[in-house]
Amino acid sequence: MTGRTVAIIDYGSGNLHSALKAFERAAREAGLDDTRIVLTADPEVVVAADRIVLPGVGAYADCRAGLDAVPGMVEAMTGAVKEKGTPFLGICVGMQLLASRGLEYAQTPGLGWIPGDVGPIRPSDPALKVPHMGWNTLRAARPHALFEGIPTGEHGLHAYFVHSFALTPERPADTVMLADYGGPVTAAVARENVAGMQFHPEKSQQLGLALIANFLRWRP
Amino acid sequence: MLKTRIIPCLDVKDGRVVKGVRFEGLRDAGDPVEAAKAYDAAGADELCFLDITASREARGTLLDVVSRTAEACFMPLTVGGGVRAVEDVRALLLAGADKVAINTSAVKDPDLVARAAEKFGAQCIVVAIDAKRVSALGEAARWEIFTHGGRDPTGIDAIAFARLVAEKGAGELLVTSMDRDGTRSGYDLALTRAISDAVGVPVIASGGVGGLDDLVAGVAQGGASAVLAASIFHFGQATIGEAKAHMAAAGLAMRLDASAEPRP
Repeated sequence: MTGRTVAIIDYGSGNLHSALKAFERAAREAGLDDTRIVLTADPEVVVAADRIVLPGVGAYADCRAGLDAVPGMVEAMTGAVKEKGTPFLGICVGMQLLASRGLEYAQTPGLGWIPGDVGPIRPSDPALKVPHMGWNTLRAARPHALFEGIPTGEHGLHAYFVHSFALTPERPADTVMLADYGGPVTAAVARENVAGMQFHPEKSQQLGLALIANFLRWRP
Repeated sequence: MLKTRIIPCLDVKDGRVVKGVRFEGLRDAGDPVEAAKAYDAAGADELCFLDITASREARGTLLDVVSRTAEACFMPLTVGGGVRAVEDVRALLLAGADKVAINTSAVKDPDLVARAAEKFGAQCIVVAIDAKRVSALGEAARWEIFTHGGRDPTGIDAIAFARLVAEKGAGELLVTSMDRDGTRSGYDLALTRAISDAVGVPVIASGGVGGLDDLVAGVAQGGASAVLAASIFHFGQATIGEAKAHMAAAGLAMRLDASAEPRP
């Protein structure tokens, strides 16, 4: 009774193969042998999928334009998520696209599923460098099924971040995980069947594989 | 808390690791993918490939190496060498690189950095700065950008260039001292510090590591966010785990959770 097809949306954003390989490995290690991971630019495959992943590497406006350039994709994602209740995971810019709008280079509308803006990170300590780049620990804002069994906190596992902009949700309850970098930086958001990670689960080794396995079993 | 990164760097030529990597149990010391897997398992925080292949025709070989590495490793990968255009950046990112380093072409055309950052985001654009000290003893320290492996002077001040490319959108600077590279006498800490103080983006210290104390100094004195080294790791003088333990003992925040993870 596990989710059988996971659609990773291919819209010209970089590094899809690492996401594919990480999901395949997580599925294998979690014993979810009946789970098929597909890279797809086909809206019909996305509508039919049991789970949807929206990766994203690049500038916000460019990623949004790339997504809009695939005919019917935004409608397919929206239909699956809002009407079918398909579990959805956005990664990095794919998470930021869940916001109302992005403010990188230009103001760009997002999907608006997690209301809030994506703005520049401004650490309170001027010695801290931007981008926020490298391995950081996570701090739980609230418990969430996607982080079940994953040690967080100062002595917990690390997640790999590489970003200059971050999503600040309008509703505090949408924030699941924070990273500390001269103040709190949103690391994970979730609302109903929609979740997003600012860090890269596909690059975050133990933490990443555990999180992906949790997503593959997630029943929101 | 964000941790200091340790980045082993492999020089790759025609799809092979230059001089090889001497690890126990490595079937093929010259295969970059094998070496990458070993560093992934050892808990390296990132990996860097610098391609020194002379010919343009061999570009496909590099892309193949990057793609096979990205499929086998879940660690962040930076790839540099021969990046001349936005299309080169795109090809490397699509092959599976997480970040792309631009070197000579950023010196010739700093706007390439801006074009690439606008397209792919500043976070994946690294500018590799090769600098040599040009001030005489007793003078205020001054460094100049050199290209082509440190052979060709450009007359460009390294600090001013670092500021320029950071403004253009570089998300990180890989600062190599061409005076120290290969000498095992330690990073040029004054250079690392001067650039780190001049820019708001992370700086990777590179060139000259002879021992683990050099890694500590690169962060503590040089102000680097990450330390890059090649031969001390490739030739087994130190493991990634030993380097992390040494740096942690010196008071630096290190990521210690991944080193023991078995790999299937």
